[in-house]
Amino acid sequence: MADPAVSPDLAALEELLLQMWRIRAFELRAMELFEEKLIRGSVHPYVGMEAIAVGVCSALGPGDYITSTHRGHGHCIAKGLELRLMMAEIMGRRGGYCRGKGGSMHITAMEHGMLGADAVVGGSLAIAVGAAHGLSRVQGRDSVVVAFFGDGAANQGLFHEAANLAAVLSAPVVFVCENNQWAISTPVAAATRIENIADRAPGYGFPGVVADGNDVLDMRRVAGEAVARARAGEGPTLIEAKSFRITPHSAATKTDLRPPELLDEWRRRDPILRFSRYLADEAGVEPARLDELEAQARREIEEAVEFALASPRPEPGEEIEDVYAPSTWTTPGRLA
Amino acid sequence: MREVPETAAGPRELTLAEALNEALHEEMARDPGVFVIGEDIGELGGLFQVTAGLLERFGPARVIDSPISEAGIAGVGVGGALVGCRPVVELQISDFITLTMDQVVNHAAKWRYMSGGRVSVPFVIRGPVTSGTGLAAQHGQTLEAWFVHVPGLIVIMPSTPYDAKGLLKSAIREDNPVVLLEKRLLYGRRGPVPEEEYLVPIGVADVKREGRDVTVVAYAQGLHLALQAARQLAREGIEVEVIDPRTLKPLDVDAIAESVRKTGRLVVVSEGARAGGYASEVVARVVDEAWDALQAAPVRVTANDTPIPYAAGLEREVLPQAEDIIAGIAAVMQGVSVEGG
Repeated sequence: MADPAVSPDLAALEELLLQMWRIRAFELRAMELFEEKLIRGSVHPYVGMEAIAVGVCSALGPGDYITSTHRGHGHCIAKGLELRLMMAEIMGRRGGYCRGKGGSMHITAMEHGMLGADAVVGGSLAIAVGAAHGLSRVQGRDSVVVAFFGDGAANQGLFHEAANLAAVLSAPVVFVCENNQWAISTPVAAATRIENIADRAPGYGFPGVVADGNDVLDMRRVAGEAVARARAGEGPTLIEAKSFRITPHSAATKTDLRPPELLDEWRRRDPILRFSRYLADEAGVEPARLDELEAQARREIEEAVEFALASPRPEPGEEIEDVYAPSTWTTPGRLA
Repeated sequence: MREVPETAAGPRELTLAEALNEALHEEMARDPGVFVIGEDIGELGGLFQVTAGLLERFGPARVIDSPISEAGIAGVGVGGALVGCRPVVELQISDFITLTMDQVVNHAAKWRYMSGGRVSVPFVIRGPVTSGTGLAAQHGQTLEAWFVHVPGLIVIMPSTPYDAKGLLKSAIREDNPVVLLEKRLLYGRRGPVPEEEYLVPIGVADVKREGRDVTVVAYAQGLHLALQAARQLAREGIEVEVIDPRTLKPLDVDAIAESVRKTGRLVVVSEGARAGGYASEVVARVVDEAWDALQAAPVRVTANDTPIPYAAGLEREVLPQAEDIIAGIAAVMQGVSVEGG
C-alpha cells in the first residue's frame, strides 16, 4: 500500500472503498440477473479489478473523459454514472442510459465524461486520442482523456497507431492497460514475449509505468502523476495495471481454463479486502464502518435493480429511432 | 447547373479540386471546431491540393499532417466528433478506407444508435477514387456500395465542382458521419461555382439533362459519360434524361421514380463492381417505387467483377465507357421506334 502520508483525507478514502463495493455488488448482482434471464447477451464482470477504475477516476476532474471496454461497468461507476440508469440499460429498459439500444457493452454518458464503452477490443484507443486533441488543442479546454483497455488490446494494430498518434500530437491522453493476464483462455505470456506491456511506451517516446492494479492508492497516485503530465501539455503516459479477474470472462462463458490455484492466489489479493484491511490498520476505520460501506453499496444496487425492473421495455417502433441525428433530410419518408 | 446565376462576365469557373478546397476554407473560417487530418495535407496541401493553404491559415492544431496511419486518423476523427468538433479526415487514396473500416463501420456509424441518441458523430471521411489513372488494383476501387450498406452513414459522390463544394459544406455541417468519395479524374474538371456562399442539400438529386425517352441515373465519372452518351444519342433522336443522385445515401428515389414514370425506362451507371453494387440498389429501389411504370427491364452499366488491372487497354475494358452506356440505352429502347432526329 502507498504511503499514508500522501493519502487523501479519510472521507475520500472511504469513498474509494464505497466505489469499489458498488462495482463489486453491481457485477455480482448483474451475474445473478443474467442467470435469471433478466439480462440477455452477456455481462463481463470487473470483479477483482475494481481498484484500477476507482483509483484512476479518483484522479480525474469533472471536465475529464474516459473511453471504456466490453468490461466497462467498473469504469462507468468509477466515473460517477448513475447505477439506476446503468442497470436499466443492461436489462434492456427504456429508462436506461441508451434507451435499451446499447446494453452492457455500450453505455455512454457525455455529461459524466463517459465517451462510451466499446465492444471492439482496442477499438476506442484512437478515439481517445482524437477526443483529447479536440478538447485541448481545438477547443482550448484543459481536459484529459483516459483510455482504458486490456492486455489483449495492446496486441491490436490500433494500439500502435493510437500510441504513436498520441505521441506526435502530444495529446493529453493517459493509456491505462488493465493487464488481467488472461484472454478468455489464453495467458498473456502466450500473447506477447515481453514481461511488461508498459515497456512498449518508450518505443513511442513517452513514459510507461507499471502499477499494482489491486492497490487503489497506487493506482490513484500513478494516475494522478500521468494526468498532471497530460494536463501540463507534456503528452501521454502508458500505465500498466497488473491485476486479475476473479470471475470468468463473462456470464455467458462458463468454461474457465485458468488454474484454480491461480484464482485462489489472486482472491487473497482481492483489492477490496486489501484496502479494507489498510483502512482498519492504517487509518483507524472501525470494522462496523467498513460493514456499513459495503451495506450501503448493496442497498444502492438493489435500488438500481428495482428502478430497472419498474422501467418499461422499449416499444416496437423505437428501433428505427436514433439511427441518424436530425438533419435537413431526415423528414419522415426520406430516410434511405 | 440552373442554380448558378449568370452574370455579364459569365459565372466564375473552378476545378473540382479548387471547389473542394474553397469549401474547406469557408467551413474552417466559419466554425472553429472544424479540423482536418490526413497524410501530406499541411505543407504540401494534399496530394491533389484539396487542402492547399489551410495550414498557413488555420495552424497545425486544426490542419494535421498525420503519420501514415489510416485507422488511427479515422479514430481521431471519431473521437474529435464525439466531443463536439467537426473533423474532416482525408484519405490520400480512397482504397485505404479498408484500413479504417472498424472506425467507420463499427464506431462512427453506430455510436449514436448504441447510445440511444445521446451523442452524434459529425465526422467526414473523404478521398479520391483513382480508377482510370493506371494505378492498378489497390488504387482503383469504387467502394461506395459498402458504405451504403451500413446504417448510420451518409454517402456522397459529387460530379461537378458546384456540387462538390456545396455537398462538402453540407457534409461538414451534418451531424451524421459522411463518407465522401471524389473521382480523381474529375479533380481538374472545370465548372461554374458562384462567388457567393451556397449549400447543396444532402438527399436531393439533380436532373443534369432532361429527356423523354429513357432515364439514366449516373454519378461522378459515370455522370459525364452518361451526358456524353446522351449528346450522341440526341443526334439520333433519342432524348435521354440524366439524373445525378449526388447523395447515394440517402437516395432521392422520388426524383428518380418521377423520371421513370415519364420515360418508362431505366439505365443505372456505376463504376463500382457489378455484384452487390450500387446500380443494383438503384434498380431495386425503382422497382419498389415505380414497377408499374417500367416498360422494359432496367439495365445496369457497371465495372466488371474483376480487380482493376494496370494496363490501359485492360482497365478500359473493366470500367464502364460511354459506348457501354449507349449499348445499355439501346437495350432498354429495343423495339421502340424513335421519332424525329
